[in-house]
Amino acid sequence: MTGRSPAKAGAQERASAAAAAPRTPAYAGEQLDPRTQYLMRLGDDALVLGQRLSEWCGHGPVLEVDISLANLALDLVGQATLLLNEAGDGDKLAFHRDVLDFSNCLLVEQPNGDFAQTIARHLLYTTWQHMLLERLTQSSDRFLSEFAHKAVKEIAYHRELATDWTIRLGDGTEESARRMAEGLDWCWRFVPELFEVDELLQAAIDSGVAVEPLGFEEEYRSAIAAVLAEAQLKAPADQRPILGGRRGHHSEHLGHLLAVMQFLPRTYPDATW
Amino acid sequence: MSSDWPLWEVFVRSKGGLAHRHVGSVHAPDAELALAHARDTYTRRLEGVSLWVVPSAEIVASDPDQAGELFEPAQSKIYRHPTFYDIPDEVKHI
Repeated sequence: MTGRSPAKAGAQERASAAAAAPRTPAYAGEQLDPRTQYLMRLGDDALVLGQRLSEWCGHGPVLEVDISLANLALDLVGQATLLLNEAGDGDKLAFHRDVLDFSNCLLVEQPNGDFAQTIARHLLYTTWQHMLLERLTQSSDRFLSEFAHKAVKEIAYHRELATDWTIRLGDGTEESARRMAEGLDWCWRFVPELFEVDELLQAAIDSGVAVEPLGFEEEYRSAIAAVLAEAQLKAPADQRPILGGRRGHHSEHLGHLLAVMQFLPRTYPDATW
Repeated sequence: MSSDWPLWEVFVRSKGGLAHRHVGSVHAPDAELALAHARDTYTRRLEGVSLWVVPSAEIVASDPDQAGELFEPAQSKIYRHPTFYDIPDEVKHI
């Protein structure tokens, strides 16, 4: 990246990547192997969701929830640090990639909305992430296996907390139930992407590095259904799924998130703290 | 707001064998979330291995107006302190 502005570098990467099909995220012009790209997918999920949750800091509905959400955010940023540093230079990947080079799923970049929508997003994502991490402990890749052993405990708590809140809001007042239902409705169309297996993921699965998500889709569906039943909520009607995050096709929301997150290191590249 | 929620007193056991110690309080709608809030507020820096939460309303407190009769008589009874014994260095937690 030396000698080029990050913005310009990003534009060139996009131009060259657009010519190649299928498009794979390019970092500093390199074509990356499936393991590295898998690390970046998981790392980007954690980074973007961590950044999203950190937006609650100072705005939580009550002080205790404010601290609670900040803790969740820190767990995820810690996971992102491990994953992205294994994939390459973590800081560069986090702060000097443009939006099209992020490979997180669309669910995690969705806006916080109200507290119920944040909880809906967290329930749907961390239930999936927890099931993934449980299996990733068996990865043939030593780093990923060790990472999963550490992260699975953190995410077990995330899942439990999101479950507890979903039940309380759903089975709470008329207003809390309405908000919880609306939050789930917003997030529902982004769930199918979590179970999408594209060429790159298939390659990582075949080499024993990655987890085959279809192997736990049934378990996921029934786990979510059980939480919703206990919360006295109806599952939202199936909507047309929205895919593409893994290939860099993001919603408008991610650009705004990155603008805030990346502003300082891009404006003051030598800043230290 | 959190003032609508009942208050819970939080006790943390810092390691096995030691007693739970009162560390503060949290607001929470019920016991399960009180534990979650206590965990997130008071054990984020490796402070504990076990948590108790107790509804603050269930704590029976002594009356501050009775502090004189309850506590002052003890001030003149220094012989109740086992300070006249030598304690070996190896003995901890006394």
